[in-house]
Amino acid sequence: MTEQKLDAIERLASVKQDRLNAKLKSRYARERRFQAYGIASIAAGLGFLVILLTTIFSQGLSAFWTTYVELEVTYDPQVLYIDDATDADQLRLADYGGVVREALLSRFPDVSGRQATRELTSLVSNSAEYRVRERLIANPELLGQSERLWVLADDDLDLLRKGIIDRELPESERRISDQELSWIDSWNEAGELKRRFNTVFFTNGDSRDPETAGIWGAVVGSFYTLVVTLLLSFPIGVAAAIYLEEFAPKNRLTDIIEVNINNLAAVPSIVFGLLGLAVFINFFGLPRSAPVVGGLVLTLMTLPTIIISARSAIRAVPPSIREAATGLGASKMQVTLHHVLPLAMPGMLTGTIIGMAQALGETAPLLMIGMVAFIVDIPGGFTDPSTVLPVQVYLWSDSPERAFIAKTSGAIMVLLGFLAVMNLLAVFLRKKFERRW
Amino acid sequence: MQTSTLLLVIAVLAVLAYGLGRQRSIQLVGGPSQIKHLHSLPNYYGLMAAAWAILPGFILLAVWVFLEERIIIQGLMNSLPDSYGQLGSPQMNLTLAKIQNISSGSLSASADPQLTAAAELLQQLRDRSQLFKVILTIGTTLVGALIGWVMTRPALRARPQFEFVLKSLLLLCSTIAIFTTVGIILSVLFESIRFFQAIPFFDFVFGLQWSPQIAIRADQVGSSGAFGAIPLFVGTLMIAAIALIVAVPIGLMSAVYLAEYAKPRVRNIIKPLLEVLAGIPTVVYGFFAALTMGPLVRDFFQGIGFDGVSAESALAAGLVMGIMIIPFVSSLSDDVINAVPNSLRDGSYGLGATRSETIRQVVFPAALPGIMGGILLAASRAIGETMIVVMAAGLAANLTANPLEAVTTVTVQIATLLVGDQEFDSPKTLSAFALGLMLFFTTLLLNIVAMAIVKRFREQYD
Repeated sequence: MTEQKLDAIERLASVKQDRLNAKLKSRYARERRFQAYGIASIAAGLGFLVILLTTIFSQGLSAFWTTYVELEVTYDPQVLYIDDATDADQLRLADYGGVVREALLSRFPDVSGRQATRELTSLVSNSAEYRVRERLIANPELLGQSERLWVLADDDLDLLRKGIIDRELPESERRISDQELSWIDSWNEAGELKRRFNTVFFTNGDSRDPETAGIWGAVVGSFYTLVVTLLLSFPIGVAAAIYLEEFAPKNRLTDIIEVNINNLAAVPSIVFGLLGLAVFINFFGLPRSAPVVGGLVLTLMTLPTIIISARSAIRAVPPSIREAATGLGASKMQVTLHHVLPLAMPGMLTGTIIGMAQALGETAPLLMIGMVAFIVDIPGGFTDPSTVLPVQVYLWSDSPERAFIAKTSGAIMVLLGFLAVMNLLAVFLRKKFERRW
Repeated sequence: MQTSTLLLVIAVLAVLAYGLGRQRSIQLVGGPSQIKHLHSLPNYYGLMAAAWAILPGFILLAVWVFLEERIIIQGLMNSLPDSYGQLGSPQMNLTLAKIQNISSGSLSASADPQLTAAAELLQQLRDRSQLFKVILTIGTTLVGALIGWVMTRPALRARPQFEFVLKSLLLLCSTIAIFTTVGIILSVLFESIRFFQAIPFFDFVFGLQWSPQIAIRADQVGSSGAFGAIPLFVGTLMIAAIALIVAVPIGLMSAVYLAEYAKPRVRNIIKPLLEVLAGIPTVVYGFFAALTMGPLVRDFFQGIGFDGVSAESALAAGLVMGIMIIPFVSSLSDDVINAVPNSLRDGSYGLGATRSETIRQVVFPAALPGIMGGILLAASRAIGETMIVVMAAGLAANLTANPLEAVTTVTVQIATLLVGDQEFDSPKTLSAFALGLMLFFTTLLLNIVAMAIVKRFREQYD
């Protein structure tokens, strides 16, 4: 080989090396860009989560506080139209609204005229008269006397105090008039307005008045619905999983069952609502809006989830356990019930809790079976009309009153709280009882 | 006696039968020391006796409760003269409601003596049915328990028999999935057929106008009802497409990063956090879409000079739905990417490829079928999603390609048509079931295709 040729090869090699090096830079840049896309995507996903939660929480926190007004209430027999304090009927039917009105008017003696009186009385909640009534029925000896009583303020006053209604706006664009503002300021200066923890929100049923609307009715409805769901879906789901994993022969029927379970897990939830409406309500004649029907629909919906997770829990039990039990003379059923089932139980419970969390957050199928009615009373049983928490969120989000926005977010926070507890419980169970064989 | 009390009675009788059967089996062989002469353990004799007690009584009670009211009403209607209308007619239903109110006392005895008589008959029939129900159920349970008791002999193969009963029950539980599917298909199919008798199928599938309001009276001003579902399909597809445009890149790239780059510790924190997005109830997303995203989208597009953007836009609903399905896409792609064998990656690295080149040119093509399956599943989820669109997408059935306008979807229409008063003889209510049929079969098809793709992909590398 001549010098010349070697030179040429060397030159060629170095040119190639240069080219490769030049390219390497851009290839590394692409590598970095690609990684950056990945990080950006994760950041976007988590960012959405943070934005969603902060929006809800910043709106919802104010729902946990509410404003009370202190009134000097006089239980005047003349205003109440009571002449005999021992007569329960009279006590029940007396004009307590009049007492509240008198209390307000005596606090602001210069108010006169229908319009002004109406504006003044609109500053305290309609529930004030019920508060006065309860007070007098419990203590009939108060008749003719007076006392200072804290009553719920109207939602507009509450919103003003929370700064959601802006007092700097011109009067025509504000929900509270200048005159009402002056009364509120007067109360404020006298220390007769107070911010308290909103117990009403946690103990009342639904209401058209935002200040008296609460989530307790919906929580109880959710509870009854979930009890039905749990009682049905857990035993059925576990039984189905046991059969499919331990007993099912490889045949047509088993295949059909498997395909059905997998498909049902992906059927839109609203279709289950149609099923509930057509079968449970129209065909079987079960009552509308009842937790029983809601529970049945949610059972059908969560069964696939529970069956799938229960099956994987059973599959995780090693065959050696089964073989040992069989070797000691246990029948197939005894092996399953005495050994496999207890070992798979923690996994099954985890799956069931996750299924229940899913059921708790479900709304769409419950709309179909009439659980969207406006229900004030707290449901007392499985067949009473009721709503559930997510449906309550939906109902409130539709309300025109400004104060319901905070209520909706507050209800969402409670709902998310329940879900977080359930999921953490599932994680805890998994961590505590997880066994590596 | 209430049905629940009866159930309790059956349960108590079954416990008694268990005790008796168990004891009898021990007694027959002559005391606890001799139980080696029994075929099975004494418990199984007891359980078998309890099964004999519980099953016939329970089945009878269930059938009775299911048929009771129907048979009573039938008998009552037959007792009434024809002038009160044919069975099943609206007039008859009215009469029936009247009779029921009279018999429950909420309507005082009316002037019509025939109705009062019918109310008495109703009460009589109910009382009789009640009596027979109690007697027959308890009787059957007792007879069952007796059979169980008599059958208890040392030679009885109690354990295999009881295990057979139990196994049948397990099989029954696992067939509920089939019954559910059949129930879904039948319930939407029957009402849909009634709907298609009023509205021709092709008018429904290819019609361009949707306004399901129907004049109730002949002289009423109002629309006559149009049931062309194309605007709904277009709206559904548009929102689902927007959701996928948001979710697929974000979900896919997150999955790639987590599977290929992230350290295990980071992965273990980030992955559950992303999955929180899937655990948030859809009604919460709906609230967020309606209250925050909708106005945000409107203000943004008005700011850059678009006119007439409504707060309820397809874009806002689609964006939020996209956020919701990010975890579906990412966890499904994650599975698929992890299933690609490492030998492929190692080969690529050996040839000098960088990590991103390996991912793009080796891992992606290998994982593509699985990823497609995942995207199809996410699409079926987006099509069937209800609450976000109910709260944020609006009701107006606009046939439009502009994502800034309000559109409506199949699920929104089903929900709004069936909430509130329903009349099962008007196409308006029935159309919801026809839409449900469409929705069910579309998502079913998507799921089957997706699962088939994913399954075949898995088998390829197993």
